[in-house]
Amino acid sequence: MKLKALIAGTLLSGVLACGAVATASAEDTVYVQLPTYRTGPYAGSGIPIANGMADYITMLNERDGGINGVKIVFDECETGYDTQKGVECYEQAKAKKSLVFNPWSTGITLAVIPKAGVDKMPILSMAYGLSAAADGKAFPWVFNPPMTYWDGASGVIKYLAEREGGIDKLKGKKIGFIYLDAGYGKEPIPLFEQFATQYGYTLFKYPVPGKEMQNQSSQWLNVRRDKPDYMVIWGWGAMNPTAVKEATKIRYPMDKFIGVWWSGGEDDARGGGAQAKGYMTLNFNAVGTDFPAMQDIKKLVVDARKSKVEPAKFGENLYNRGVVNSLYMAEAIRIAQEKTGKKVITAEDMRVGLENLSIDDARLEKLGLKGFIAPVKVTCDNHSGHHKMYVQRWTGEKWEKASDWFDPMSDVVNPMLLAASKSYTEANKPWPERSEPCAN
Amino acid sequence: MFYREAGQYKSSYEADQAVFPLAQDRIGMAVILVLAAAVVPFIASNFVLEAILIPFLILALATIGLNVLTGYAGQLSLGTGGFMGAGAYACYKLTTSFPDANLILLILLSGFFAAAVGLVFGLPSLRIKGLYLAVATLAAQFFLEWCFIRIGWLYNYNVSGAIDSPERRMFGLVLTGPNASPVTRYLTVLAIVLGVTVLVKNLVRGRIGRSWMMIRDMDIAAELMGIRPLVAKLSAFAVSSYICGVAGAMFVFFYLGSVEPAAFSITLSFQILFMAIIGGLGSLIGCYFGAAFLWILPIFLRNVLPMLGIDVGAENIVHLTSMIVGVLIILFLIWEPHGLARLWQVAKEKLRVWPFPYA
Repeated sequence: MKLKALIAGTLLSGVLACGAVATASAEDTVYVQLPTYRTGPYAGSGIPIANGMADYITMLNERDGGINGVKIVFDECETGYDTQKGVECYEQAKAKKSLVFNPWSTGITLAVIPKAGVDKMPILSMAYGLSAAADGKAFPWVFNPPMTYWDGASGVIKYLAEREGGIDKLKGKKIGFIYLDAGYGKEPIPLFEQFATQYGYTLFKYPVPGKEMQNQSSQWLNVRRDKPDYMVIWGWGAMNPTAVKEATKIRYPMDKFIGVWWSGGEDDARGGGAQAKGYMTLNFNAVGTDFPAMQDIKKLVVDARKSKVEPAKFGENLYNRGVVNSLYMAEAIRIAQEKTGKKVITAEDMRVGLENLSIDDARLEKLGLKGFIAPVKVTCDNHSGHHKMYVQRWTGEKWEKASDWFDPMSDVVNPMLLAASKSYTEANKPWPERSEPCAN
Repeated sequence: MFYREAGQYKSSYEADQAVFPLAQDRIGMAVILVLAAAVVPFIASNFVLEAILIPFLILALATIGLNVLTGYAGQLSLGTGGFMGAGAYACYKLTTSFPDANLILLILLSGFFAAAVGLVFGLPSLRIKGLYLAVATLAAQFFLEWCFIRIGWLYNYNVSGAIDSPERRMFGLVLTGPNASPVTRYLTVLAIVLGVTVLVKNLVRGRIGRSWMMIRDMDIAAELMGIRPLVAKLSAFAVSSYICGVAGAMFVFFYLGSVEPAAFSITLSFQILFMAIIGGLGSLIGCYFGAAFLWILPIFLRNVLPMLGIDVGAENIVHLTSMIVGVLIILFLIWEPHGLARLWQVAKEKLRVWPFPYA
């Protein structure tokens, strides 16, 4: 009898405790899901980004009490860069009424783009994903500021042409392109190939399958055989440090080796050790902690033990990249609150906020991030914007700026984007016409 | 006490040889079918339908396919992911080439392409057995995955290398694509899976299934008794690959929507193999048990643990799931090698004499 009473009592108190946990506080909150990958072969790149995203939002909640008093509740959904798990996370985000979905994987982005309009879930694929989604008329629910992979590819060619002394000097040169053999790596190929016929250089392609990222010896043997004048890398996760290491092993001149912004993690360059000095990548955010907002994050989040980041890795390139993503989300929430007059906005309001995203230098100064990014503006027609980027160089210990902020070749890229968007909507008939009004 | 066959007299051979001879079994099955078809679509939320039930049914079908090959015919196969991919890509090519054809028909047709592929890779089974055959099917898995990435014709040369399901309709309802309602997709998947299960149950209880089981138990004796190993083994590969191909096509068209070649990797093959092992090799209901267990467990952990107040990070759930699944597989292989299906069978036997512990 006593045992029964004991068991019944424990169960009852357990049920009551669950009830107590379930009652939430009555203050206004909005929810954002952060898909991340802290496991898997891409965790090396995914962990700093996850930390950056989470810490900026935590800082806003701590310092300002959220956006205009509305706190941002968030949780992480582990995708492991796997498309299947990513779609699961998308379904969960939908069910929990997340304001926006950040796939952080071109594969996942491609999978959820057709669903975004139907489910009314905005997708923020910052500087990755489907380049053609910059066409706001065809993809009203997909946003990819500040630039697309095609802008980045044109930026690479522009920079290399400048190094050579003019775009016509590229004629006859050999450019090797080593890339992750997935949607992400294959995205810029059409642009590189078009430029090859236009400007007369030869393009050598070296695909690296996702399963073989840490074993690139055969690809780099081919590089040693082909001896390209420049090497361009479009890598992610474990592919980056392995590529840098292999490049140093075959003694490829590192100052001729340039990567896209996702190949610019500190750990990626450290893979080559001291010999990786001179390795360059594109970038669109600043590196380091010399900004008032970053110091706020340090004080309120990192030092207060509310962050998962290692103190030494605070302020690294990919961490700051995560901060930029959260910056876009926070600004979009604020703009959506202004445009709709509501404090607690919905996903549809978030779409309006993202479509009117505008961060200029004055706003950056107010945020405490002056010089952190180039000013960014999203319009109804152009969800990406062809904004500025710069080239950074690895000194052996850290990244330093190797060029000024410059524009991509938007006059070449824009028509290609529109053509690609047209062929995407043709291939995926019936593609719905845009019905959302433009609030610009 | 309630599960006895006492008082149920069969007066015809058909009644005696029925799949569910006990009236209690028939009633239970009818209740489950009514629940699944008529009640669940209306009370389940979209998340439960889309993320739990539809993939559970599709993976259960793939497990049935693997079980036919490994559980009934005894041919160990690690190529399930590749065969599912073959069916998926075949269906994609068929529906993009014939956009007006009925999608269900195309899905059932694409299974034949997967069966042809399975036949080719099943030829080594005539010479090699056991672990070596597993390696040969592993080669099939890697080769097929390579094909999905490298042969541009398979994904219509699009830049991303991914295939996606265009919108298709039937009887005015949208079946696939983002506009398809989860209820429509769930009911279509349920119908196809139940249909194939009925077919496989009959196959397995008939002459062909018995020849598979004879090959599994002692293939030399089977050959001496007159079973042709060529026909038996290749038919096992063909039927198994057909079922896996249909499951793969449904995987893309009714569940994921858009798929990269990496979705049909060795991880999927292992996932289905574990479902077959934990569920019970050589049993059809075991396939459903195994698929439910392995699919729903991580989702359960991810959603229930935070509710209980145990706050583990999202990445730790992944680690926890791997650990728990690994430990479970080892425990099952030690304690109950015949899987959850055997546990169910034992439970039924105990139900016959409940509440008494002996007959």
